[in-house]
Amino acid sequence: MRRIISILMENEPGALSRVVGLFSQRGYNIDTLTVAPTEDATLSRLTLTTLGDDQKIEQITKQLNKLVEVVKVVDLTEGAHIERELMLIKMKATGAQRAEIKRTTDIFRGQIVDVTGTVYTVQLAGTTDKLDAFIHAIGEDQVLEVVRSGVSGIARGEKVLSL
Amino acid sequence: MEQLSGAEMIIRCLQDEGVEYVFGYPGGAVLHIYDALFRQKQVKHVLVRHEQAATHMADGYARATGKPGVVLVTSGPGATNAVTGIATAYMDSIPMIVLSGQVRSDWIGDDAFQETDMIGVSRPIVKHSFSVRDARDIPEIIKKAFFIATTGRPGPVLIDIPKDKTAPSVKFPYEYPKKVKMRSYNPAVRGHSGQIRKAVDALLEARRPVIYTGGGVIQGEASAQLVELARMLGYPVTNTLMGLGGYPATDRQFIGMLGMHGTYEANMSMHHADVVFAVGARFDDRVTSNTKKFCPDARFIHIDVDPASISKNIRADVPIVGTAEQVLSDMIALLRQTGEKPDAKALEAWWKQIDDWRQVHGLRYERGSELLKPQQVIETLYSVTKGDAFVTSDVGQHQMFAAQYYKFDKPRRWINSGGLGTMGFGLPAAMGVAMAYPDATVACVTGEGSIQMNIQELSTCKQYELPVKVINLNNQSLGMVRQWQDMQYEGRHSHSYMESLPDFVKLVEAYGHVGMKVTKIADLEPAMKEAFKLKDRLVFMDIYVDPEEHVYPMHIGDGSMRDMWLSKTQRT
Ligand SMILES: Cc1ncc(C[n+]2csc(CCOP(=O)(O)OP(=O)(O)O)c2C)c(N)n1
Ligand SMILES: [Mg+2]
Repeated sequence: MRRIISILMENEPGALSRVVGLFSQRGYNIDTLTVAPTEDATLSRLTLTTLGDDQKIEQITKQLNKLVEVVKVVDLTEGAHIERELMLIKMKATGAQRAEIKRTTDIFRGQIVDVTGTVYTVQLAGTTDKLDAFIHAIGEDQVLEVVRSGVSGIARGEKVLSL
Repeated sequence: MEQLSGAEMIIRCLQDEGVEYVFGYPGGAVLHIYDALFRQKQVKHVLVRHEQAATHMADGYARATGKPGVVLVTSGPGATNAVTGIATAYMDSIPMIVLSGQVRSDWIGDDAFQETDMIGVSRPIVKHSFSVRDARDIPEIIKKAFFIATTGRPGPVLIDIPKDKTAPSVKFPYEYPKKVKMRSYNPAVRGHSGQIRKAVDALLEARRPVIYTGGGVIQGEASAQLVELARMLGYPVTNTLMGLGGYPATDRQFIGMLGMHGTYEANMSMHHADVVFAVGARFDDRVTSNTKKFCPDARFIHIDVDPASISKNIRADVPIVGTAEQVLSDMIALLRQTGEKPDAKALEAWWKQIDDWRQVHGLRYERGSELLKPQQVIETLYSVTKGDAFVTSDVGQHQMFAAQYYKFDKPRRWINSGGLGTMGFGLPAAMGVAMAYPDATVACVTGEGSIQMNIQELSTCKQYELPVKVINLNNQSLGMVRQWQDMQYEGRHSHSYMESLPDFVKLVEAYGHVGMKVTKIADLEPAMKEAFKLKDRLVFMDIYVDPEEHVYPMHIGDGSMRDMWLSKTQRT
């Protein structure tokens, strides 16, 4: 099962490499990874997606908690949550395709952020599935370049991941 | 406030931590630190001949005393030489501080002379690591390092120190912090009282219980509590390779080591158990064999300080996170308070079964041939030292024979590399013990293969007059490898034969020690007695043993606990 693991860790050099190292060292996979400082400058928030059954995720969470610089770990997929990924996508856009891409972008509530005579660049945010669906709708052979931010997530409701 | 340079601060911190010994080897990046070391007397430095040995010495010292071992090495090759010893300590959860020099901070990343990214290299084999960015942080970093290394599940902590941070000309006010505060590190929680109640209930309901304990009882100083609880219940106790001595081996309730080379009765008891009570043990693959076939009827109670060790390999029915000492004490108190007792009838029947197993296939070997048997040597070592020596070992058949045949009655007496299985560990570890306890009897059980991995330390032994007794079970082969080749590769001994062995007696004499060669059964005991009489000398006993001997019992690959070879021809 796909999981979104959110980690609060000390904003210190080396902390990120310990988290990433743990995954390769113990044979866990990472599908996406994003990391940035939080409102508290001494803390970073790292979000990653991985695959695993309950037992594997339990091990991953425990091993992450053992890292000295890791302050908190949650599996967002355990509860109601919001997930978003940002994509910048560059596509061939000539002739009739130009209107078609514009329409599809509107349907997906994306924005065209750069234009040349032959190329459109679209910005799109949403769940991983939605971004996949957009690429599918455009047609893979139209796509020139895709940049995805990896998944970010936050729990729904009052629940807050903080110290 | 006192003004100290970075290098002086490092040594002062070690003094303030009460460190007796630093095991190390100098080099360019740590020269300032070595100079600060020279200008004081409190912290004594032990100069090894290879940095790997410094880590094993610190490790042996830590295992024998319970105090963290401290290592000091230079950057680059000095630090990389220490890697095997750090990994060894990590696998067995041994508290250790490694101070490694680093090139000047403004040269880091430039492939400077003797630059190695030690934070990167050591990352998967340390509990934590620090790199010094500002010399002012040194006291806090060292305080934290000791705290992390010695609390929770212990382990090695590395501190990487760029040379410029130790410069003698730059001084800072020095104060050693009294306390550490780390929001992200809170070890040693108290075991949950509800879970403890559940564990006691499960134990009392058991009809075929086994208490299975590991290194956590030794490291966690919980031996007394284990003995008390086990006696209250009257249940059989088995120890892992790392847990030997946690429960007295000469006690009637002890059923021997379990696992790959465990006793028949220990492995059979585990297989047939209805409740397995694991304390500070981690269901390692050398214990469980095939986890799918492991203890099919058992419920598992598992105490560990490390939550990640619980339900990692075997799902625990009653998990308890806490120190062995505290949780066992709470269980004892609860049993006392309620006065509850296990079912005596069921227990009697269970013991009858275990005693039958012991009768039929207890530890034994064939004697009487011309050649000395390695088991016989260990039995003689046991009787000559009256069972009261510190015994370190290397890795191989000799290690297993020592674990099986030397009956350890006290914790911290059996010192071996269980998790990593590091050949070359035995001699330096024994030196660390001898350093900690100058009057103790210290024996290193080794093989002609392993001893050659750190034999240069005989020179260190001379310098510091460490009277270790080296018991070299010389089977002229990498015996454990050879055994597997006999059993799985139709006896094709691919590179497991040690050709051109040195004359060990001459070799140790050249280092200034006493050497003895023993080839006959009749000579063994007198020679060993003589060796141990030479209290102040290192004696190297080169004992020729039967190269054909195998270690039994031995788990049959991928089987259950009860699937064992009992001899070359007999299996369960
Ligand atoms: C550093 C290292 N290299 C290789 C091994 C693999 N290995 C395990 S036991 C063994 C043979 C050890 O030979 P010896 O020390 O003579 O002991 P014996 O088994 O003969 O008693 C080897 C090569 C190891 N454990 N450690
Ligand atoms: Mg050998």
